[in-house]
Amino acid sequence: MTLDLLAQAAPDPGAVSTGEAVVFWILGPISLLGALGMVFARNAVHSALALVGTMFSLAIFYIVQQAPFLGFVQIIVYTGAIMMLFLFVLMLVGRDSSDSVVEVLRGQRLAALVFGLGLAVLLVAAVGRSLTSVTPKGLPADGPGYSGNVTGLGAKIFTDYLFAFELTSALLITAALGAMVLAYAQGKSHAKRGQRATVEARLRGEHDRISPLPGPGVYATGNSVAVPAVLPDGSIAPESISAIIDATPVREIEDEPGPDARALTGGRHDDTAEESR
Amino acid sequence: MTPLTTNGVLAAELPHVAAATGTASLAWLLFVLPAAGALVLFVAGRRADAWGHWLGVLTVAASFVIGLLIFLETAGLAPADRTRELSLFHWIAVGDLSVDFGLRLDPLSLTFVLLITGVGGLIHLYAVGYMAPHHGGDEGSDRAARRRFFAQFNLFITAMLLLVLGNNFVMLYLGWEGVGLASYLLIGFYQDRPSAATAAKKAFLMNRVGDVGLAIAIFIIWTNLGTLQYTEVFERIGELSAGTIVAITVLLLLGACGKSGQFPLQAWLPDAMEGPTPVSALIHAATMVTAGVYLIARTNPIYNLTETGRLVVALVGVITLLIGAIIGCAYDDIKKVLAYSTVSQIGYMVLAVGLGPAGYALGIFHLLTHGFFKAGLFLGAGSVMHAMHDDVDMRRYGGLARYMPITFVTFGLGYLALIGFPFLSGYFSKDEIIGAAFGQPGWQGWVFGGAATLAAGLTAFYMTRLMFMTFFGEKRWEKLKSDDGHDYHPHESPAVMTIPMIVLAFGSLGAGFVLSNGNLLVNWLTPTLGELEEPHGGALGHEYVPWLVVGFAALGVLIAWLTVGRRPTPVERPEPVSLPVRAARRDLYANAINEALIARPGTWLARALVYLDNRGVDGVVNGTAALLGGSSGRLRRLQTGFVRSYALSMLGGGVLVVAALLAVRFA
Amino acid sequence: MTPTYYLLLSALLFSIGAVGVLVRRNAIVVFMCIELMLNAVNLSLVTFARINGQLDGQVMAFFVMVVAAAEVVVGLAIIMSIFRTRRTASIDDSNLLKY
Repeated sequence: MTLDLLAQAAPDPGAVSTGEAVVFWILGPISLLGALGMVFARNAVHSALALVGTMFSLAIFYIVQQAPFLGFVQIIVYTGAIMMLFLFVLMLVGRDSSDSVVEVLRGQRLAALVFGLGLAVLLVAAVGRSLTSVTPKGLPADGPGYSGNVTGLGAKIFTDYLFAFELTSALLITAALGAMVLAYAQGKSHAKRGQRATVEARLRGEHDRISPLPGPGVYATGNSVAVPAVLPDGSIAPESISAIIDATPVREIEDEPGPDARALTGGRHDDTAEESR
Repeated sequence: MTPLTTNGVLAAELPHVAAATGTASLAWLLFVLPAAGALVLFVAGRRADAWGHWLGVLTVAASFVIGLLIFLETAGLAPADRTRELSLFHWIAVGDLSVDFGLRLDPLSLTFVLLITGVGGLIHLYAVGYMAPHHGGDEGSDRAARRRFFAQFNLFITAMLLLVLGNNFVMLYLGWEGVGLASYLLIGFYQDRPSAATAAKKAFLMNRVGDVGLAIAIFIIWTNLGTLQYTEVFERIGELSAGTIVAITVLLLLGACGKSGQFPLQAWLPDAMEGPTPVSALIHAATMVTAGVYLIARTNPIYNLTETGRLVVALVGVITLLIGAIIGCAYDDIKKVLAYSTVSQIGYMVLAVGLGPAGYALGIFHLLTHGFFKAGLFLGAGSVMHAMHDDVDMRRYGGLARYMPITFVTFGLGYLALIGFPFLSGYFSKDEIIGAAFGQPGWQGWVFGGAATLAAGLTAFYMTRLMFMTFFGEKRWEKLKSDDGHDYHPHESPAVMTIPMIVLAFGSLGAGFVLSNGNLLVNWLTPTLGELEEPHGGALGHEYVPWLVVGFAALGVLIAWLTVGRRPTPVERPEPVSLPVRAARRDLYANAINEALIARPGTWLARALVYLDNRGVDGVVNGTAALLGGSSGRLRRLQTGFVRSYALSMLGGGVLVVAALLAVRFA
Repeated sequence: MTPTYYLLLSALLFSIGAVGVLVRRNAIVVFMCIELMLNAVNLSLVTFARINGQLDGQVMAFFVMVVAAAEVVVGLAIIMSIFRTRRTASIDDSNLLKY
């Protein structure tokens, strides 16, 4: 509401009111600082946050300059959606891959600085020289022919700019599809091997052993996956227990007074158990 | 006596040209028949092996009959009406160039038609025997070769008839190239002999040199006059400047030199004897090589306009007749002796037509008689070779008169005609030319006449030497074996070969007398070539010439008897010999001169151009490519693949654009 | 004070964003710098709308936002898929497309 008031405070819609000047002199340096911070921050997340600040300032400038719709779109879409998307991708990709300080391209920084300064000077000079004595007309705050910023924009977009608007819709759809195609991770490189192919690979000797690993002796002597399977000669099959559970002292299990285990392992289980470890 | 301007004959004297009617409208059959024969023989393949040669003979004979009918019809007309044209169809129409496919039937072309088809028919007949499959040889391939031979022979007759019958320069050129092609094919007929292939290439290339001259002459005529029809060209040739006319005549002469084996392009003709003997007889003695003489006689309205051009022609003729006669004395190869004799005799003809109105008709006269007796001589030589396992070295002959009486008699008549034995063909035609040469005023009379007389003596010498070595003396072949290891069994040739020889011998015997009787031929040719100028004044009176010439010839015979006839001839060529003989044996160094003046510099030029092309042109091209490649190789280093440096250059560009905008806006 | 100051602020923010794109190597931070540049342009557009007294500038800014949203979605997806294969988010490591 305050912002609205600020915009309407001036009797002449084009003139700059004191309030607006105050806002400009506060937010203008902030936006510049944000921009510089974004460029010079080492950490990409800091850059993004600095950019968010600049964009906020710009949104307020829009609102002050009688473009409230754009201002809110700036906040909602840019600072809200797009910058969040940036942060999201940053987290996914390169948060920790901060730039190295060393510049690989010789003279790149110096040239960039010179050109950037040159551009700034030229643009400032051009604007300064050509727009010194401009009396801004300003948009009509009310009265005939004005029915609010959003309505005005809508009228423009759906009449004069209809064709361009439709084109942007096509562009958005294309962009959405393109992003899906590009970002879709599932490649065909990890196609699952069928049963027949697996068997053939085993017989060809591509695996360590020809048969599957023996299951643990869950149903033989106990119901724990930590109980190893027992081979026909009564010895323990070491492969039957997962390497993770290998830490479980097999000896303890064997020492447990389990009649079934003893019956099946015979007399040689101790040595084999030792070896299996 | 015709009225002469300082520049030559007035255009008004040109014959009136009428459209051909009656039998003459069938004139197209003249060349279509041999063409059809050639086509059938080329296309029919092995099916024509059995009868193809007779088809060839028949088509030429039919052409002869038609030619004879047209000749008789024309002879029945008044002399002023004897020049007729038959336009067959509109051949080439490109822009301003418009060429008819038309025939010109006038005394000159009809004379040639009769010579070509008549002698050609006889030699076709002879070839039936000469090209017959050898017994014991590969009969199938021999028959195929005979068919190929007759196809090409008919092609030659067609092209030669087109050459003489065409009524414009393009048709002349068509026939000119056609006979060149046929000549090339037939010289290289024995494809398995490298020497034949080389000789064919040599003939073709040296002919090209002449053909370029002819082509350029035609270009000049067309550029200046816009027409190539004889009638129009001859009417309007007087409009051209004297220099242009001299250029045209010299270029035409170059064409004539190439085709007729005249100096400096004479070297191909002796090598052309690699072809079968009928080819030598018909193409390289009787007809094709006289095309140059025909060309000059045909374009006589042009030559009439330029004293200089005629002088050049006469000089070429004199040089050639001397060269041919000198070299002819040194060779042991019977066909090459005859070939150089041909070179020499055509030199006489060229000398004659070079004398202008005083000699055109005489040149044609000698051409006709020469066509008879030289064809007969070649056929006789072929008959001798036939008997001697295709051996051509006269040192291996000797005493053949007994074994081949018909050949001996016919050959002997040709020999007597050639050396100008009184009242035989050569006596009339050659003596007339020498007389006309002596009839020239000033130094020309002495030089031309003297050289021609000297050459007549040389002709008598080398021909007598040939006779002695071939038909008289010791039978040297009895102790020798042929190259393929057989004993020699000389025998007379079959009738199919001797009959043409006999007919031609009659020609050698009587043609001169018949044609000169009452100036028959000269008067007949008058509508085309103009009145024959009787020599008056000049170096030597006309009445002394026969005595002089016969005297020189007798001297030549005597020297030949002294040096060859009464002494045994060694089988091996005597070495070493005196300088003149060595030079003559090496064609008076014509090949060496060609090699040194044309071939070597040509090779050097080609090598230099290749070098220039490799280093210069290719260097520029490859250098450009290398430059671009190298610079792009360095430039691509800018493509580091780092997005940020690209972005940097983008920003730099952006700054520049903004700066430029501001500069334009606020400057 | 006039609205021109907003434009000057926008120019500075834009330049800072551009420098950030050039000097930072974390792809996500680079992306954020691009967002900053877009926001700076949006500020300019809103200010222009005010100066000219017309809503079209705001409509433009609205479209820029939409496009930026689409761009962020696709861009982040690309960064994720690159990270998944190359285990890095540094744009200097994706430099295979070169001479």
